[in-house]
Amino acid sequence: MSKVRRVRVIPVLLLRNGRLVKTIRFSKPNYIGDPINAVKIFNEKEVDELMLLDVSVSRSGSSPDFDLIGHIAGEAFMPMGYGGGVRTLEDIKKVLWTGFEKIVFNTACFYNKGLISQGAALCGTQSMVAVIDYKKNIFGKKRAYVKGGTENTGRSPIDFATELEEAGAGEIVLQSIERDGTFSGYDLETIAEVSSRVKIPVVACGGASTVRDFLPAIRAGASAVAAGSMFVYRSTARGVLPNYPSQGVLKEELYNQI
Amino acid sequence: MITVVDYKTGNLASIGNMLRKIGVEAQITSDPREIEKAEKIILPGVGHFDFGMRNLHQLGLAKVLDQKVLVSKAPVLGICLGAQLLMKGSDEGTEAGFGWIDGYTRSFDVSRFRSGLKVPHMGWSEIELPRPSRLFSGFMEEPRFYFVHSYHLVCEQESDAIGYCDYGYTFVAAVQRENILGVQFHPEKSHRFGMQLLTNFLTQERFSAP
Repeated sequence: MSKVRRVRVIPVLLLRNGRLVKTIRFSKPNYIGDPINAVKIFNEKEVDELMLLDVSVSRSGSSPDFDLIGHIAGEAFMPMGYGGGVRTLEDIKKVLWTGFEKIVFNTACFYNKGLISQGAALCGTQSMVAVIDYKKNIFGKKRAYVKGGTENTGRSPIDFATELEEAGAGEIVLQSIERDGTFSGYDLETIAEVSSRVKIPVVACGGASTVRDFLPAIRAGASAVAAGSMFVYRSTARGVLPNYPSQGVLKEELYNQI
Repeated sequence: MITVVDYKTGNLASIGNMLRKIGVEAQITSDPREIEKAEKIILPGVGHFDFGMRNLHQLGLAKVLDQKVLVSKAPVLGICLGAQLLMKGSDEGTEAGFGWIDGYTRSFDVSRFRSGLKVPHMGWSEIELPRPSRLFSGFMEEPRFYFVHSYHLVCEQESDAIGYCDYGYTFVAAVQRENILGVQFHPEKSHRFGMQLLTNFLTQERFSAP
């Protein structure tokens, strides 16, 4: 039978006050469009999976916009992850019960690892995704950050990843803050470091510019690839155009090369 | 009436969303009396084998399902954990499954894997069909589906396997014995491929012959 190994290619969409935006190095949010419309487009393009992160609620301390995300999930027939403002077991249940498969944690998984453990016990580790946002600190050491990249955890991405795996995370999204929105390719070194140290899948994120960037990330050890800018912009000139590679292109440039 | 069995393992919102999109009226219930009236049954589920089986017993659903499936011959479609429960048992636990299909649910044997593969198998895979079946009818291209699982079905009778998948090695991704069907993947999260498969299940009158 066909031995083609597919790997997941995941668009990451950022919500900010109910609108879709895209950042560069976690700042300069640029308006992309209406989230419901965008998710419909990605649904029609038959994307492998979608990650929706609300970057406004995580900083403001408010709760997820359950009405909005419920509406979005009702229109999407692919696996969906949601992150932003999920702080309690009740939040986890509510998000999953609107039709999401995965909850994406960042700040909460630093301050309250028990939440991941409780969530994993309730609905399985495969639904618990932790995002590790990292960048180099002033001494040139890689450190994981929370609160939208503003607060240093003091942990290296490797240490944070192993802690999160132990806590019950089923998957780690490894996101380079310095490469976010820059089209400079993935940080292969860190992907290799982290994915060799955890058993759970590592999803590469930050810096992808074209389909050609995917293969090196997979070869470095990532189990899946995620990107924001390349899926919401037509090109590096940043004209808004939701897009996704065809199956033919993915086969040629990625699956057949693995 | 299409009845989705809610035995408290994972959320059923996605399946509800997909059935709504297809345009069928379905009832999601934990009530044995409602399941007694079902024309077709969907048995979804995510999570631990023993937890699922125990819940089915505690909610008084296992007995009704046995009756509906074995005596009334109501078509049943197990999804993910629901498919695993059709078997006699699982490496994951000690509880007996329904045993409607001869075979067991086994863990992925990672010693047989090529390098770079992790468990769970999470992502999209194509299905190979050993022969035509009603469940997989009407696909214009090779169907692909979304999987999330650490255990897979192993059939004692090859004739029960109607779909295979490859992850590390070839495993059974779909089973059927007459009115009893199961898929390891998630049709409710598999775009038009899943929509087609669920539509097939919901619209076919009989499942005994292709």
